[in-house]
Amino acid sequence: MTDIDQILKRTPLHALHVELGARMVPFAGYEMPVQYSPGVLKEHLHTREKAGLFDVSHMGQAFLSGADPARALERLTPADAVGLRPGRQRYGLLLNDHGTIKDDFMFSRLVGEDALYIVVNAGTKDGDFAYIADALTGVATIEPRPDRALLALQGPAAAAALERHAPGMDRLGFMQVTRATVAGAPAIVSRSGYTGEDGFEISLAADDAERVAKALLAEPDVLPIGLGARDSLRLEAGLCLYGHDIDETTDPVEANLVWSIAKRRKIDKDFPAAEAIMDRVFHGAARKRVGLRPEGRAPAREGAEIADKSGRIVGRVTSGGFGPTLNAPIAMGTVATKFAGDGTELDLIVRGKPLPARIVPLPFVPHRYRRAQ
Amino acid sequence: MSEVRYTDQHEWVRLDGDEATVGITKFAAEKLGDVVFVELPEAGRKIAHGGEAAVVESVKAASDVFAPLGGEVTASNDALAQEPAKVNEDPEGAAWFFKLRLDDRNAFAKLMTAEQYADFVKGQ
Repeated sequence: MTDIDQILKRTPLHALHVELGARMVPFAGYEMPVQYSPGVLKEHLHTREKAGLFDVSHMGQAFLSGADPARALERLTPADAVGLRPGRQRYGLLLNDHGTIKDDFMFSRLVGEDALYIVVNAGTKDGDFAYIADALTGVATIEPRPDRALLALQGPAAAAALERHAPGMDRLGFMQVTRATVAGAPAIVSRSGYTGEDGFEISLAADDAERVAKALLAEPDVLPIGLGARDSLRLEAGLCLYGHDIDETTDPVEANLVWSIAKRRKIDKDFPAAEAIMDRVFHGAARKRVGLRPEGRAPAREGAEIADKSGRIVGRVTSGGFGPTLNAPIAMGTVATKFAGDGTELDLIVRGKPLPARIVPLPFVPHRYRRAQ
Repeated sequence: MSEVRYTDQHEWVRLDGDEATVGITKFAAEKLGDVVFVELPEAGRKIAHGGEAAVVESVKAASDVFAPLGGEVTASNDALAQEPAKVNEDPEGAAWFFKLRLDDRNAFAKLMTAEQYADFVKGQ
């Protein structure tokens, strides 16, 4: 027990989680709140109906600086970094030399600043930063910022709640980003998140995190939400969880994330393993990430095999559970491309028995992002 | 007068004559979180002591429910299929899982008493 306590890291909001009655679990090397007293189901539904505050301080924040950090970053991602306008944020895939997915991340260009602000996944951050530092030696410098906390305020009531502590933030459109003052603390605020809802991510100094979190939680519509609901929300939104739906065995085409490869990059083929990836963009990959709706109420979990109607294994569930908004089980998985068409009927093997399911378009629950005006 | 005993797998067992009613404890239901699916054994199935008897799935994970005693299933609580959330609302009452006609009534006495179970849970 003591060993675990010593090994697990804590976010700046650890004491607040405990004070709020969270059930703490190990996640990506951190002791994190999986749920608070209402439980995953209610926390999930509350976020869809009103607003939820998530501690995502375990994620890896960094700044990439250099003569042309965007150009440098493009060595490692097929996203359009060079063309990212000031005040905008974008999703990117961090590719390894083989063109498979080392991580997925968000990057931002703040108005009037040369460095790019980057957020990568918690479980991969140390490896990512080492990889970026090594690959971009002499070209750009990655500066991890473990001194910063990250909050996500998500849901239809998020904008009104934030507006009272950071006037003007409602003017941001989806995937816009700015420096701002939130409840008196200097912050980087982006209109983005990972729930499929309108919302914001707020990066701030670790020392300010608890006070700002408490200010936001004092809003009547805002409840603290744990990682359990974060997972079911992102699954309903059809968003990938790194290490589960995508990893270093997946390329962007198999991951069904070709939209994150910019047009210019497709033409220039100047990203890792571009020839091979573009060949698959045009001719198809052997397998593809899809959405699955099991019949009935039994969820199929990660790792469940996917069989065609003759019983042959054609894929595997990569994320599966129960979608509280749909009040039904949902799953994502990879299947042989031949079976990836919408409406295809397959079986998920759950406890040795075939559970009928069909391929459905993603997301399961429509996104409600606030599009830029 | 029926008696209720408990297992280290967090099941409760209520004995009426030679029929035992089985469910999961309040402690187990709270640990599981929101239950969204319950798979129960069909009447007539014979289950050995410790054999897989049911599955309970919460939003977080699937858990097996093992037979606390050996016997033949005489009934299962079909209402849970429609309303799995009952497991969280009334785990030790309306949300019973299944009933068993016991192979060996005497085995019941080897299960934990309410007091022993309360002590056991404290150590969890």
